[in-house]
Amino acid sequence: MTGGGPLTGPALTTGMGAGGDSPSQPAPASGAMVTPTTGVVTGTFWRRFTLRRPLAALIIQRLGLSVGLLFAVSLMIFGGVEALPGDFATTYLGQSATPQAVENIRKDLGLDKPLTERYLNWLGGAVKGDFGTSWASKNSVSEQIGKRLGNSLFLAFFAALISVPLAVALGMLAVQYRNRLPDKIINVISLAAISLPEFFVGYLLILFFAVQLGVATFPATVYDSMGFGERLSAIALPVATLVLVVLAHMMRMTRAAILNVMSSAYVETAELKGLSAFRIIAKHAAPNAVAPVINVIALNLAYLVVGVVVVEVVFVYPGMGQYMVDAVTVRDMPVVQACGLIFAAFYIFLNMAADILAILANPRLRHPR
Amino acid sequence: MSEYKNYLANQVKIGKMNRREFMGRAMAAGIALSSASTLFAASAAAQEPKRGGHLKLGLEGGSATDALDPAKALSQVLFCVGRNWGDLLVESDPLTGAAVPALAESWEPSPDAAVWTFKIRKGVQFHDGKELTIEDVVKTLQRHTDEKSESGALGVMKSIKTIENKGGDLVLTLTEGNADLPLLLSDYHLIIQPGGGYDNPNAAIGTGPYKLTSFEAGVRSTFEKNPNDWNPNRGYVDSIEIINMNDATARIAALSSGQVHYINRVDPKTVALLKRAPSVEILSTAGRGHYVFIMHCNTAPFDNNDLRMALKYAMDRENMVQTILGGYGKVGNDFPINSTYALFPEGIEQRAYDPDKAAFHYKKSGHSGPVLLRTSDVAFPGAVDAAVLYQESAKKAGIEIEVKREPGDGYWSNVWNVQPFSTSYWGGRPTQDQMYSTAYLSTADWNDTKFLRPDFDKILLEARSELDEAKRKEMYRTMAMMVRDEGGLILPMFNDFVNASTKQVKGYVHDIGNDMSNGYVATRVWLDA
Repeated sequence: MTGGGPLTGPALTTGMGAGGDSPSQPAPASGAMVTPTTGVVTGTFWRRFTLRRPLAALIIQRLGLSVGLLFAVSLMIFGGVEALPGDFATTYLGQSATPQAVENIRKDLGLDKPLTERYLNWLGGAVKGDFGTSWASKNSVSEQIGKRLGNSLFLAFFAALISVPLAVALGMLAVQYRNRLPDKIINVISLAAISLPEFFVGYLLILFFAVQLGVATFPATVYDSMGFGERLSAIALPVATLVLVVLAHMMRMTRAAILNVMSSAYVETAELKGLSAFRIIAKHAAPNAVAPVINVIALNLAYLVVGVVVVEVVFVYPGMGQYMVDAVTVRDMPVVQACGLIFAAFYIFLNMAADILAILANPRLRHPR
Repeated sequence: MSEYKNYLANQVKIGKMNRREFMGRAMAAGIALSSASTLFAASAAAQEPKRGGHLKLGLEGGSATDALDPAKALSQVLFCVGRNWGDLLVESDPLTGAAVPALAESWEPSPDAAVWTFKIRKGVQFHDGKELTIEDVVKTLQRHTDEKSESGALGVMKSIKTIENKGGDLVLTLTEGNADLPLLLSDYHLIIQPGGGYDNPNAAIGTGPYKLTSFEAGVRSTFEKNPNDWNPNRGYVDSIEIINMNDATARIAALSSGQVHYINRVDPKTVALLKRAPSVEILSTAGRGHYVFIMHCNTAPFDNNDLRMALKYAMDRENMVQTILGGYGKVGNDFPINSTYALFPEGIEQRAYDPDKAAFHYKKSGHSGPVLLRTSDVAFPGAVDAAVLYQESAKKAGIEIEVKREPGDGYWSNVWNVQPFSTSYWGGRPTQDQMYSTAYLSTADWNDTKFLRPDFDKILLEARSELDEAKRKEMYRTMAMMVRDEGGLILPMFNDFVNASTKQVKGYVHDIGNDMSNGYVATRVWLDA
């Protein structure tokens, strides 16, 4: 945790470094691949542009790389699903497959064609924004994903809305009372919450609030004809679970980062000047600790969107995670590909946003060497 | 049993059953003669189902890839959804498994059982207001059999040569005689759709007791009562909501907090806990599904019948039923048929755990070294535990079994039916003929014990077209004995279907046909406020 100080520079810690800090929330392959590119080939114009407008250059660089990354992700997903035993026809029909039905499905979907041809066909459509139709349900992939993604974002938004301010506030509080009782209570509770598997936290909440007290809505299934208020009440328990799961990670990072800054000379000066402890933390220490905190927040936000399949299953919530798992189970390639790309895009976008915010927060990073 | 009485009584009321038929089936169900005849007389006064209410089911087995097309329905949820909106030509009796009329009013076979004539019910309306015609029936069956079909019923339909409309009746000509044909038409894929469903297979327009009002694959589906239902004795609740709940704990939580009225797939390990909840009722139904250990009869070392016998005697069946099924099941006897099938051959001696006999056969087989058993939890719930239990009981007979745990993904394509000794699961089939034809006929794709016996095949085919039931039963006995004593099947247990409901739910019919009251749960129960 101590390595995450602002001087290390967020551009270097974004992908791998921060990812390594979160053993409980493994980042998908796409996340780990977002390695920054400090040493890209440079022309003279590009070099000048980089020096004059470092932020714009970074964004352009990242956008270009994202396209390449997405392409690589799609290739990897395609290869990965192909490498799984069984194809769509056999897995979809399962134990009740007859050779003729399998043959008919294969022909219908063009599974008898060679691998490269199928990939290029899909890519051709995807480049034009056409993700095709689901092999299993024959519905438009974009339309289905739209709904599921909306649900996932809805859940993630409210979880983030509560957990991010709460985590930062608790982190600052812990610093102010460091090594005293409030700090210890915050630490013990948040560590306990992060140590419990998320499904267990979910079950506990269900047991108390839905089964025994009967005050919460369960299952958390949301559907089209539901009003906004009903939706909010439906997602109360899953949001609470997610908050408990992500809170500790962000809170501890905030605490560590601020403590790191607190040991520096200028904070000592501020103390000697007679400023109040809270003022020092909020006004002087926090801005310099913001970079690593942003990175952790970005990772947790990404997790809230793409990594909550277990919570979705436990609460019977129709989000993206379950959708993709269902599709992988039957090798429904168009759906798997589209989900994979969206997840990868989320990771790339959030990481980029974290870098940009870190640079904005720390002007020194705008001119790397 | 009382639910079955209600069911029979209802059948009488709607005129689907005459007195003779009623008495026959009531007797088969073990209802005493005197009480059966009173029941027939009093059926109008029988406990009157309550109408109305909103029924909520929390079911496992749906996924985002589900499609409404009945030809492709495979999941438990779609099975239940289809039962609500659609009808078959023929249904199966919940207790005896015999064929009973649905959209087909009656049927008649030719003497060799190769040509069958079905009379189609008149005055039945589809949900869109169109009248059911013979053309709809013919086209539906064609859609499930034509060469482009992707239907899950293709296997049972392939013996049908022609499907014709002769003077308003459905005439099916088979490639060979089959006395069980009506039951084949009770396959849940064969829902009659307008125009055969060629235009829009996913429309979910049928003749069933409920109209589909919304469907979100893998999430939720809702239904409202079909006011023009041709059958007044079903569909008691006003509306139905099916919520997909793939997590066992979530289902139990939803049921015990009263958020749903009924859940499926209760884990035998947690039944005892769930039973304690005062508002919950466990619904356990004997079924035809069975958990198996399968050896390839044509692959060394399992090509030696003494080794196969040794491994059969080394299985502690009672212990398996208690430990793996929590007591919710019945011991098996190494042939894939139990007493829920029509023409079940009674009186075959139950094979028991016998380490001495196992050791005797093992010695005789001359085999030495460990026997490799492959397993995975996808084979059946608790399969890995079962394999380890088996390893222990075999050890007492001096047989060493090496258990290898395989990945669940791809188990059905890489291990089952490929490796010589593995664990697996079979759902039941509507008839004995179907079960044997699917998995024990030499030429069957799923002959997963590689039981290659021309003499067995011959009896199987003879029995299929035999209309004399006594003769047929005798043939099935011979076949059962062949599989039991010479086959590669170790069948320790038949699993019960374990579901649960709140006490509000009344009229649940325990149906041997399949899980969830053969999928008809929502159309058969009513809510008692």
